Amino acid sequence: MTLPDATAPAPHADDDASLPPAARHTGAAAEQTATVIANAAVNAEYRHLVLHAAPPATGAAPGQFFQLLCPAPPGAAPFLRRPMSVYAADPAAREVAFLYKVAGAGTLGLAGLRPGEALDILGPLGRGFALDPAWRSIVAVGRGAGLATLGPLAQAARARGIGVTAVLSARRPDLVVSDALFRACGADVLAITDAEGTSGPIHVERLLRRLIAERRCDAFFTCGSARLLAVQQRLAREFGLPGQVALEQQMACGLGMCFCCVREFNVGGAVVHKRVCWDGPVFDIAEAMA
Amino acid sequence: MTDLRVRIGTLTLENPVMPASGTFAEGLAQVADLNRLGALVTKTITRELRDGNPLPRVAETQDGMLNAIGIPSKGVPYFLEHTLPEMARWTPPLVVSISAPTIEGFADLAAAMTVPGVAAIEANISCPNIEEDGRAFAMTAGSTAAAVRAIRGATRLPVWAKLTPNTGDIADVAQAAEAEGADALVVANTILGMAIDLATFRPKLGNVMGGLSGPAIKPIVLRQVYQCARRVRVPVIGCGGISTAEDAAEYMLAGAAAVQVGTATFLHPTAMLAIIDGLAAFCAARNMRGVAELTGAMLREEADEAEVEWLGQP
Repeated sequence: MTLPDATAPAPHADDDASLPPAARHTGAAAEQTATVIANAAVNAEYRHLVLHAAPPATGAAPGQFFQLLCPAPPGAAPFLRRPMSVYAADPAAREVAFLYKVAGAGTLGLAGLRPGEALDILGPLGRGFALDPAWRSIVAVGRGAGLATLGPLAQAARARGIGVTAVLSARRPDLVVSDALFRACGADVLAITDAEGTSGPIHVERLLRRLIAERRCDAFFTCGSARLLAVQQRLAREFGLPGQVALEQQMACGLGMCFCCVREFNVGGAVVHKRVCWDGPVFDIAEAMA
Repeated sequence: MTDLRVRIGTLTLENPVMPASGTFAEGLAQVADLNRLGALVTKTITRELRDGNPLPRVAETQDGMLNAIGIPSKGVPYFLEHTLPEMARWTPPLVVSISAPTIEGFADLAAAMTVPGVAAIEANISCPNIEEDGRAFAMTAGSTAAAVRAIRGATRLPVWAKLTPNTGDIADVAQAAEAEGADALVVANTILGMAIDLATFRPKLGNVMGGLSGPAIKPIVLRQVYQCARRVRVPVIGCGGISTAEDAAEYMLAGAAAVQVGTATFLHPTAMLAIIDGLAAFCAARNMRGVAELTGAMLREEADEAEVEWLGQP
């Protein structure tokens, strides 16, 4: 598995200052017809979809996402594309992969895809995670589908010699996903579950305080839980630690055009709207509002 | 080679395909070559700073979508300092879409947008999402006339009036806009609609009501383009559910001189480029020299009264 480059600059410039005088089509993202290699259940809820695809899709960075034109399942007709964060991207093998749970018409359509069938994908889109080479050790805290989003981050961190402690939260031990990927990357995996009574904010805070005390947390990375985000925001403020959060929102275009996926952010004390698809989906943990 | 150029008043466009306002921003350049478009049309701007409507702002429907975005706007200085220089980097003419709560506000904003780099002003007098119950200037001929007259007096740029499909007599509104100096008409904005989530009993849009777009509305707006184009001499720009070159050709046959594409871009970001190529092929296959020949070329055989007269006989 080739590593996505998490330190590469985001595919779109932040503001107008660096604009070249004449504009060109950047080709940072593309619509293409990918072919299904595998689409199998990994546990009672999640499925792993592996696609054969071409660049630029196969160069997707951790935290970036795709807009999938999901096939219509019987009795439903999803009209818009469905956003889904990338679980793996491998330019050498020409593969991209997703980890998903059937939650509606779009993902139900995805679940019916068989090897050899086609899927129209648009991406990679948005701004992914950024890793500071000066960090020695980071903590990734995720829950539910957020675990899929954080998976490729572990690979990128390892490629830079950054240690990872993964705190993976789920309802039950058998629903924890991504743990094998984290372990394969040498990450320390701490699974916490509702069933075992270990996933509550008090327990998580105690656990994170221990990691900070052990100097294993140069930065927080999180996805999938507003409650866990709030705990990390508090600790990040208290200890002066940086952090990044990957956020979700209903989307239509995925390219920053329609403004349907805005969320509120606290920027220097002012509440501003940002587009999850274009300004994110990865944001500064200090600005996110849970 | 088919000549794809079309004339919209004093403007000549390289081809008749452009984005619909609100469905286009610089992000599309990641996927598509914007320099191939006939024109660029900005998201509507207002002088007032606007956050937009409460979420959710879009909802899927059968063959279409509802939106109630609510025109988030960062105001005029931001537009002039950031959006305009960004858009000016591309070669197609730039059309700036404006909205305001009052007629004076429309005139004032039209004057503020009369700056180098702007090729035309599209007056969005038809947004269903910023006034209660979808009220908009374009609902009646009288308020349309007043708004267009004020905008016309405030700018030397071509003025395109974007009409609403939610009015009872769109041809009357079209005629009023033309009479007050509109250089072109965009027909039309979205159709006011709503949807309710049966699992929660809540409206599917935070704003309750919103505008319907996509293939579902095409026959309705096609009819309105036909009705308007019959009544006015200024060019009509068709906008409503166009996804393919065939849809665009149909609109042009009904009387449109050009087309705007919106929702289709959300599904396929290169849809406009495919429509341009498809229109060229459509015309070439019919030995037409220019795409402009399609405009208003629908054939309508008048019933020959002499021959059918006997049907009425006892």
